Amino acid sequence: MQAILEILRRASAEEAPHWEQFPYETADENETVATALVRLNEVLCAAGKNPIRWECSCLQKKCGACAMVISGKPMLACDAKLTDVQKHGAVRIEPLRKFPVITDLIVDRSILFENLRTLSVWLEQAVIAQGDRAALAYDASRCLQCGCCLEICPNFCPGGSFFGMAGFAPAARLIAELPKAQRDALCKAYRAHIYEGCGKSLACRNICPAGIDIEHLMVNTNAAAVWKLPWRK
Amino acid sequence: MKRIHIIGAGLAGLSAAITLSEGGIPCSLISLQPSERAQSVLAEGGINGALDTMGEGDTPAQHFEDTMRGGVYLADPNAVDNLTRHAPEILRWLESLGVPFNRTSEDIALRPFGGQKKRRTAYARSSTGKILMTAVIDEARKFEARGLIHRYPRHEFLRLLTDAGTCRGVRIRDCYTGEICDLTGAVILCSGGMNGIFPGMTTGTTQNSGDVAAVCLAQGVAFGNLEMLQYHPTTIGIPGKRCLVTEAARGEGGRLYIERGGEKWYFMEEKYPELGNLMPRDVVAREMYFVRRQADTGDQVYLDMTALPEETWRNKLSDLRQELMHYLALDPKAAPIPVQEGIHYFMGGILTDEEHRTNLRDLYAAGECTCQYHGANRLGGNSMLGALYGGRRAAQTVLQGEIPDAAESPFTGEEPLSTPAAPALIRQISEILLGAMGIVRKEAALKQALSRLDALHAEYLRGEYRILLARAMLLSALERRESRGAHYREDFPEKDEALRKPIAAAVQDGTISLEFRPLPERRSHAGNT
Ligand SMILES: Cc1cc2nc3c(=O)[nH]c(=O)nc-3n(C[C@H](O)[C@H](O)[C@H](O)COP(=O)(O)OP(=O)(O)OC[C@H]3O[C@@H](n4cnc5c(N)ncnc54)[C@H](O)[C@@H]3O)c2cc1C
Ligand code: SF4
Ligand code: SF4
Ligand code: FES
Repeated sequence: MQAILEILRRASAEEAPHWEQFPYETADENETVATALVRLNEVLCAAGKNPIRWECSCLQKKCGACAMVISGKPMLACDAKLTDVQKHGAVRIEPLRKFPVITDLIVDRSILFENLRTLSVWLEQAVIAQGDRAALAYDASRCLQCGCCLEICPNFCPGGSFFGMAGFAPAARLIAELPKAQRDALCKAYRAHIYEGCGKSLACRNICPAGIDIEHLMVNTNAAAVWKLPWRK
Repeated sequence: MKRIHIIGAGLAGLSAAITLSEGGIPCSLISLQPSERAQSVLAEGGINGALDTMGEGDTPAQHFEDTMRGGVYLADPNAVDNLTRHAPEILRWLESLGVPFNRTSEDIALRPFGGQKKRRTAYARSSTGKILMTAVIDEARKFEARGLIHRYPRHEFLRLLTDAGTCRGVRIRDCYTGEICDLTGAVILCSGGMNGIFPGMTTGTTQNSGDVAAVCLAQGVAFGNLEMLQYHPTTIGIPGKRCLVTEAARGEGGRLYIERGGEKWYFMEEKYPELGNLMPRDVVAREMYFVRRQADTGDQVYLDMTALPEETWRNKLSDLRQELMHYLALDPKAAPIPVQEGIHYFMGGILTDEEHRTNLRDLYAAGECTCQYHGANRLGGNSMLGALYGGRRAAQTVLQGEIPDAAESPFTGEEPLSTPAAPALIRQISEILLGAMGIVRKEAALKQALSRLDALHAEYLRGEYRILLARAMLLSALERRESRGAHYREDFPEKDEALRKPIAAAVQDGTISLEFRPLPERRSHAGNT
């Protein structure tokens, strides 16, 4: 296939962004935006030009490094097949918009990790995950900290007191696992930074590249952390 | 100020950081990207430990035996003894962190894995690495909040600061600002495998570029067993890389076959009646290579999982099924999967003693960046264990010794190592190595590869060091004139007991020297039941 890759570039945060277009051709139907960026960069480097700066690691949807906005939608570049994301022969590629841009497609997502520290997402005592709670903990453990959910969340802004689904999922693992008596501090932080700010529109639900069942997780976590109800299934 | 600097925030780095924190010593945890993006999150099938929860009478001694035999007796027996003896404790620690392992009605469930005679692999469906990492990252976060772990999560290792056989610290670069700083003090390297030596050809991450290994080798750190590359028998090609089909697929009943005379030939089961499809990876990969070359067979090996029960797909391999359907548009419940060998693990790496010290004073190493525990062939499930135990053991060694003072200062001079090697050079080196260091090797091809390397020209220092590392790999493969584990020489197809020694590679004044190092005897008190 052939496509024009339209990439929003800037050398540094201070610089105004500009679009650059790169014609791209491949015989492989399965090529993704990630593999296209790898190949494009080889060509750019060989020509002595600046490669497109972006982040990747696993190239198989398991690490969250390559999240960016592709043809208008936040997604993982390694999960974006060129054939699926092109519109009229063009693929628009830009950095996530909710985070400070460093250069080209790289954004600084450190707020994700700061928020998890603020939420105190850790255990003070040993717990053992068993039964239905283990299944919830498993699902919650799969969060990639990619930030795609925050990109489309109407209520999230970096530095604000609402942490969004990326803060919710890791906290939900612990709320699922902890015995009632030990969950108080975490539940309090959860109510303040997640429950109270969330409009429950679930715009984040279908965007999660890990396919975490956010609604199911939310219903159960709210039951435990907000309504103090017995655990639902 | 006391502070230890850890390069790498996968399982090994996290384990070292947590152990140091528990001992009250602060550390810098330095990684190119946050832990959530480390290769450790990719691990699928599970982690080994003789918990004996399946009523088979398993013991650490049997885990020791299987690990030594799987590595064809090239690993340090005392180190393997430590590893296997502490494995149950490591699994219980993970359990206490809330890792949702699959369970029997009472306890952690264990699945069969390659090269092991008993069930001893604990798992969380087929995403064990990700699930484990989430829990271990949470534990590390507790110590971040207490000011013991200082994250440098977008920072690149540039070089060690060395001085007459001692490591004085490390030079790192902030990838976002470009600022360079020197951290003085003791260093633990936990930088993972060398995938980037073979870009696009391994199951691992792009982050582990091989640069740390190349620079350390050039700076005089001794390496071992660089000829030992693990080809995993079951991988599939996906855009940009090889994608692993976990060994758990065979552990749960998947069978390998090739077509012969119009029939399915389950060659592993026929040739190896005891362990069948679950022979160690080196054996399976080699058999696949050879059966494909037989005149009467097809040229594609398949993994047949169509007979697996519904419950297995639902509770044990749900993620694998999704992945295969996504990438191959094939449902493994209904159709056999075409598979091929692919580079998966680096048994070779930094040479350490049992306590994880390197040849440089105040420099330690753990995890996949070392050649510890796995000898000539790693057993599935032993690598996450080796990373967690190794990181802990390295930190304990640091805690027991005298800790040098640490400091951080900006570096404003010229650092040639901040420029990466050119992608074209990286690809050329990879092609040369792939041609000579496949599953089957021979002298002529290795020599030819060496001379092709000599003809390469590196524009930047990092390219030069990469060529040096590639040379050390080829020279090690040439030097081992026998076949052992992952290293199979067509011209020396037998094992040679006289060569049952790791090959140490070290660089002095730009020249590589190789030496067979005798293995220590297993200490008699190390025996266990
Ligand atoms: C697909 C797959 C499946 C696997 N399945 C299993 C399994 O089921 N069981 C098992 O036991 N093992 C498995 N393994 C192997 C296992 O995952 C790894 O060997 C293990 O996780 C390595 O851990 P580590 O901490 O040594 O390194 P890694 O997790 O690779 O971490 C390396 C760290 O070093 C950092 N780093 C690298 N280079 C630099 C640099 N230049 N500057 C700064 N930082 C740097 C990285 O950012 C990262 O934080 C699997 C591997 C793969 C690829
Ligand atoms: S439900 Fe709506 S408000 Fe709540 S996190 Fe998701 S997108 Fe944001
Ligand atoms: S919840 Fe999903 S979209 Fe949000 S950070 Fe986690 S993996 Fe990404
Ligand atoms: S590179 Fe890991 S999710 Fe895309």
